[in-house]
Amino acid sequence: MDFFIGHYNYWIVIILMMVGLYTVISRGNLIKKIIGLNIFQVSVFFLYISLGAVEGGAAPIIAEGVKVYSNPLPHVLILTAIVVGVATTALALALVVRIKESYGTIEEDEIHNLDHSL
Amino acid sequence: MGNQISLLLVVIPLIAAPIAAVLPRGRLPWLLACVVASVCAILAGVQLWNVLNEGTISYELGGWQPPWGIEYRIDALNAFVALIVAVIAAITLPYALLSAEQEIPEEKIPLFYSALLLCLTGLLGITQTGDIFNVFVFLEISSLASYALISLGKDRKAFTAAYQYLIMGTIGATFYLIGVGLIYSETGSLNMQDVANILPSVLHFRTVETGFAFIMIGIALKLALFPLHLWLPNAYTYAPSAVTVFLAATATKVAVYVMLRILFMLFPQGFAMTTPAEELFIVSGIAGIIIASVYAIYQSNIKRLLAYSSVAQVGYMVLGIGFASVAGVTASLIHLFNHALMKGALFMAIGAIIYRIGACRMEQIHGLGKAMPWTFGAIVVGGLSLIGVPGTAGFVSKWYLVSAAIEQQAWISVAVILFGSLLAVVYVGKLIEALYFKPVSDTGKAVREAPMLLLVPMYSLVFANLYFGLDTDLTVGVAQQAAAILGGIGQ
Repeated sequence: MDFFIGHYNYWIVIILMMVGLYTVISRGNLIKKIIGLNIFQVSVFFLYISLGAVEGGAAPIIAEGVKVYSNPLPHVLILTAIVVGVATTALALALVVRIKESYGTIEEDEIHNLDHSL
Repeated sequence: MGNQISLLLVVIPLIAAPIAAVLPRGRLPWLLACVVASVCAILAGVQLWNVLNEGTISYELGGWQPPWGIEYRIDALNAFVALIVAVIAAITLPYALLSAEQEIPEEKIPLFYSALLLCLTGLLGITQTGDIFNVFVFLEISSLASYALISLGKDRKAFTAAYQYLIMGTIGATFYLIGVGLIYSETGSLNMQDVANILPSVLHFRTVETGFAFIMIGIALKLALFPLHLWLPNAYTYAPSAVTVFLAATATKVAVYVMLRILFMLFPQGFAMTTPAEELFIVSGIAGIIIASVYAIYQSNIKRLLAYSSVAQVGYMVLGIGFASVAGVTASLIHLFNHALMKGALFMAIGAIIYRIGACRMEQIHGLGKAMPWTFGAIVVGGLSLIGVPGTAGFVSKWYLVSAAIEQQAWISVAVILFGSLLAVVYVGKLIEALYFKPVSDTGKAVREAPMLLLVPMYSLVFANLYFGLDTDLTVGVAQQAAAILGGIGQ
């Protein structure tokens, strides 16, 4: 039982990862795909943040009387990854706007039909 | 000065990118990008020279000592790949001027060159860095820039192609990120050298194996390894000509480099042997060579035909990696270099046809070989090189690949490599038949030869194809030295 409860944050990571990846694969709506992609990326952020946490550790700011600190490096890494994620999302949304302008739809199957009916 | 070059290669295009974006319209942004790419090519050449003469170069960013700080660590392997990327960029950019003016709206031209420079920054960064997380950052810099570049294509399908690439590319990069996180959790380090030292003591943990699997799948997506190649044909087909030339000749090559680095340097000797990775590489390499080549034969869009051929060529490179021998990796590296030359030349020639007739469907290019003899000549040489006819660069890589396969007594692979060449004869033959032996249409008669500015870069690659088919000192010599560096290769 402890295996499940003790690692609850990793279970959340796995569930979010699967939810996100499944959404990207199964949805035909381009916006929903991006949402799925975001959930997938967020699960990785959680993974890194969990890795950096040290049991009983304080925030990594030097203070008197504190002996144990969390590992700040994974948290800093994930800040970078968050920035990358934001940039990716922005670019994806911009592409969806252009797709909507030129096709008039953001459903994958309708776009596919439009491309092949010509 | 010597070790500063490693950083300059990344910083110069990075600084030039925003400058290009704010320059006035016209040819100024192009001029800047051209100068930057040429400077990078010269610096990369000097860097390779230094590495070959003086050994590994290490540069500590911000004076932080590795493994705490980010280290740029240059050996023969990444100096070689950096040189390929920079030289291809320096040859593509003069070519880009006319083709971009025709295919891209005028107000977007400065942004186009800015994105191209960012893409160059990312690709060079991946080759220079010695830090596995830094690889992710540069991977995303180059990928984001290439999504934007692909979406600049004239056809509206360019948007969907870019979107598709974005989704698959991001999944690939995120898989890589998960893998890096898992490796970090076991080793506590991100510096490649340091991780390589620590990993042997933690290899028995399942976390390390999982991390390895995530990284391999992530990179396989980026290098368009069959069956994860689905983004590539559309992206190459609908991107502007100059972008296709640049990406086809560099992007997948850099991903192959990352795979080599992680497979054979980061993980200790023989680790890959204990996982199914090697078998998977051989199987998907073989499947890629055959299936993608057959697909290429049935394409009616000539850009798409070459794109599928690229997937097949990635198969050859991965096959070489799959042998996990010094000879295999050497062959893989030689093919990496030679494929950049042949696909660069071929896509440039196709770009010249698109420049003249604005289309690239099989039935629209009938008989154009007579109207555009020089462009046709480039396609013939590039095509022969793709097939692997003796005297061209393609022959050298096929030769080394077959030798590596014979050394392993992998007879199926030998047969597949030769059969793949036969399939290449078919699709290259189809291209040449349409261009030369089909009757010219009335509109085709009015077509003139491509302008000098397109022909000169094209022919510099064509001559490189012939030159490196005869003189293999540079390619084979450097590739052998680079393969020897990858200490993790078994015997």
